[in-house]
Amino acid sequence: MQRVPLERKVLSENDRVAAELRARFQEHGVLCLNIISSPGSGKTSLLERTLETLPKHDRVAVLTGDIQTENDANRLKRFHFPVKQITTGGTCHLDARMIERHLADWKLEDLDLLLIENVGNLVCPSSYDLGEAAKVVVLSVTEGEDKPLKYPSIFFKSDLLILSKIDLLPYVPFDMEAAAENARKVHPGMEIVKVSCLTGSGLHEWMMWLEQQRRAHKPLAQTIVG
Amino acid sequence: MHEMGIANSVLDAVRAEMSRYPGSYPCKVGIRIGEMAAIDQDALRFCFEAMILETDMASLELAIEFCPRRHHCLECENEFVVHDYDSSCPQCKSLATKCISGDELELAYVEVEEYAASTVGAKST
Repeated sequence: MQRVPLERKVLSENDRVAAELRARFQEHGVLCLNIISSPGSGKTSLLERTLETLPKHDRVAVLTGDIQTENDANRLKRFHFPVKQITTGGTCHLDARMIERHLADWKLEDLDLLLIENVGNLVCPSSYDLGEAAKVVVLSVTEGEDKPLKYPSIFFKSDLLILSKIDLLPYVPFDMEAAAENARKVHPGMEIVKVSCLTGSGLHEWMMWLEQQRRAHKPLAQTIVG
Repeated sequence: MHEMGIANSVLDAVRAEMSRYPGSYPCKVGIRIGEMAAIDQDALRFCFEAMILETDMASLELAIEFCPRRHHCLECENEFVVHDYDSSCPQCKSLATKCISGDELELAYVEVEEYAASTVGAKST
């Protein structure tokens, strides 16, 4: 019997494609964000409000993932930015190959920002690198403040936590402080933004965070010229 | 939920590795799973066993090494296992600590054995 060392990631093939995507995003100065949450936490609503707020000629595109239907893409297309639906047909997460395939007929040089809405799921998307610069996790106030402890991986790996649907706070027993504390237990120092897509509360902070990321991500030459 | 895909990736890696060892078969594959990797070990074993059933790898054993979340203290250089999400250093109480492991989803090794027939063949020459 012989023991052969393998010493590589189980998802090394996904990671290889993701690394290629990341290099392409960097080369073209595209900030790519991977937005993750449970089903129904408000990812699409957040994207609707985001696209509505961005300038008409902003260089933004959206990939939106679901198991079935083109519903989300149809909701997002009315803002006249390029939007593509990825229907996984049963797979509970997006992987790097799906992103690569759906980007094939978009020119990255025409983009500054690529927003990816993952399949609604707090578990599996956390294992699959899509080449993003950062993951953003959305948690709605109807879900319970202990979610960061129950699903630590995604909170651990995300740069920003968006607490959504805060307009419902008067009607649900959700302890905002406990939610933030739980998130920071799993991910010390995690940035948190509280939003309501219905009232618009907190959207300014989210857009500021986004702008900050975009600035930080621009290639140096472009920043100097701009 | 995605353990089927993970099991498939493990088996793909074993198959790829075995192409370098003609006349041998894999008897055990070792993987490392971190506490924060969001992988359910029982589900992974179930998927793995379902996938190898009645194949040429039916006897392949899956060995899982569980890796707890470990942090390194940036103040006193202490390394410690994080319990109950408390990532402060148990030695100097500093909050400036950095995660160094617990996120693994790695292939560690594969154990290969020569087929008995090929051993006999080798002896007879």
